[in-house]
Amino acid sequence: MHELLVSDLFAILPEIWFAVAGMALLMVGVFTRGDNTRLVLWLAIGVFVVCGLLMRLLGEHGAPFAGLVVNDSFGDFMKTLVLVGAGLALVMSLGFIRREGMERFEYPVLIVFATLGMFVMVSANDLLSLYVGLEMQSLALYVCAAFQRDNLRSSEAGLKYFVLGAVASGMLLYGCSMVYGFSGATSFDTLASVLGDGRDVGVGVSVGLAFIAAGLAFKVSAVPFHMWTPDVYEGAPTPVTAFFSIAPKVAAMALLIRVMMGPFAGLFEQWQQIVFLLAVASMVLGAVGAIGQINIKRLMAYSSIGHVGFALVGLAAGTAEGINGVAIYLAIYLVMGLGAWGCILTMRRQGAMVEEIAGLAGLSRTNPPLALCFAIFMFSMAGIPPLAGFFGKFYVFMAAVNAGLYTLAVVGVLASAVGAFYYIRIVKIMYFDEPADGFDTPLGRELWPVIALAAAVTLLFFIYTGPLLDSAQAASLALAPGGLDGARAVLVP
Amino acid sequence: MEIGLAHYLTVAAILFTLGILGIFLNRKNVIIILMSVELMLLAVNINLVAFSVELGDMAGQVFAMLVLTVAAAEAAIGLAILVVYFRNRGSIAVEDINMMKG
Repeated sequence: MHELLVSDLFAILPEIWFAVAGMALLMVGVFTRGDNTRLVLWLAIGVFVVCGLLMRLLGEHGAPFAGLVVNDSFGDFMKTLVLVGAGLALVMSLGFIRREGMERFEYPVLIVFATLGMFVMVSANDLLSLYVGLEMQSLALYVCAAFQRDNLRSSEAGLKYFVLGAVASGMLLYGCSMVYGFSGATSFDTLASVLGDGRDVGVGVSVGLAFIAAGLAFKVSAVPFHMWTPDVYEGAPTPVTAFFSIAPKVAAMALLIRVMMGPFAGLFEQWQQIVFLLAVASMVLGAVGAIGQINIKRLMAYSSIGHVGFALVGLAAGTAEGINGVAIYLAIYLVMGLGAWGCILTMRRQGAMVEEIAGLAGLSRTNPPLALCFAIFMFSMAGIPPLAGFFGKFYVFMAAVNAGLYTLAVVGVLASAVGAFYYIRIVKIMYFDEPADGFDTPLGRELWPVIALAAAVTLLFFIYTGPLLDSAQAASLALAPGGLDGARAVLVP
Repeated sequence: MEIGLAHYLTVAAILFTLGILGIFLNRKNVIIILMSVELMLLAVNINLVAFSVELGDMAGQVFAMLVLTVAAAEAAIGLAILVVYFRNRGSIAVEDINMMKG
């Protein structure tokens, strides 16, 4: 029997902090009078900052609570991304909630709880903690999507997200039960040793693996489980969409990687085919689906589907190099995404949000700095060197080529070329079309620092790549010591 | 005839399939979708408890308790969103959920 140790509690201090702080914020919101949304929101941002400090101070690695969760370099890396993504999404929503009648203090509290769920997901080391973390995050996000409760599109987005999300949870859970039943373990470590190199694994575990992969593919919105993404992105309030497209994606991708590279490492040949198909379909649909869109939020939804496809290329490789590529890709995607959504959040005319792409016409003349930043993000997402987006794609494609997945790399490059069309079309509309009326000025005070910072990082990433590459490498080695190359050498003679 | 693991798994698989079909074939009412979601989760619970007894391992039953708890929270949130949606739309027919194409 495992005894509860104080050191275990210290090891999950960031999660405990989020849980306690979230409930405290709820109390603050309930017991202060008047307009307290901004107070709670600033306090929530403070909670994120303190959590960042806690993670830096503690940073001890281990597997507390008898291996229910695990702290390693991979977890640190992904948690940092989640923290930055969620915290800055919160900062960016300051202006929006003031203007759009979303002034209810529950919003920052929900973001804090969702982030708690994501932290548990990232460090999950057991099917139980996987499920609980995922639900913690999902339940908070369903409510966030429907947060503009007087808006039909927002509530419809919430309803669609809830129904399809619940189906995905059900499938994931069915997969968990099959894996548990046919292997007799829920802990990732035990599962890895029971399943071994996958030679004498029964069909039950394979079915379970397929269900788990399907459930997680839904959470990262990989094709063919993407159907909720465009609708939810379009309907949800814009800052919520910005949040959706960054932090939960990173967390779900981290969970997918951890599940596939941990307990199911021995079943590499089986899940590689699944991930291969998901990656190809996502890249192609992300590129093709976005072409005809007129709503920028819908376009960004297809763009995020495509980006997930590119990140999955690295996972399909199944090597330490591939995981390294995914980690770099996610970090760069986070920066580009924050910047691009910051730009979209500034699109207001006569006090109302502009969501049509045509509304961007002539932005280079009415607001040159904003147009320049938006163009940088679009070129970067298209993968034009020397912007950051190019390096993200470069590392995953290199990993795919080195793992012998030439088809995947070729499809990826082609999809990237097709995708460049719609990214560059936005730049063309901003720079060469006849100007529409200018956007309301000034930019939100909270938005321009985020946009400027993201633009600077995107533009100058190639000069100073060291820290990101180092920590991504540490993250990938924590998950795949020596890569899966050892296991693969046994499987593929 | 003795009722063994295979029977439980079959029942659970049938219930799970019914749940999925109820969500994707149902064209009438969102409440039915919520019921189908519950059916899926309960099918999983049958699976978990049957496996737990078969393996002589408590983890499955602990898992089932957690699933029950989460299912309750999920139903509460689903109904809350449904109420908000009904206020805005005046209908909860599945074919009316069509503001956005897709």
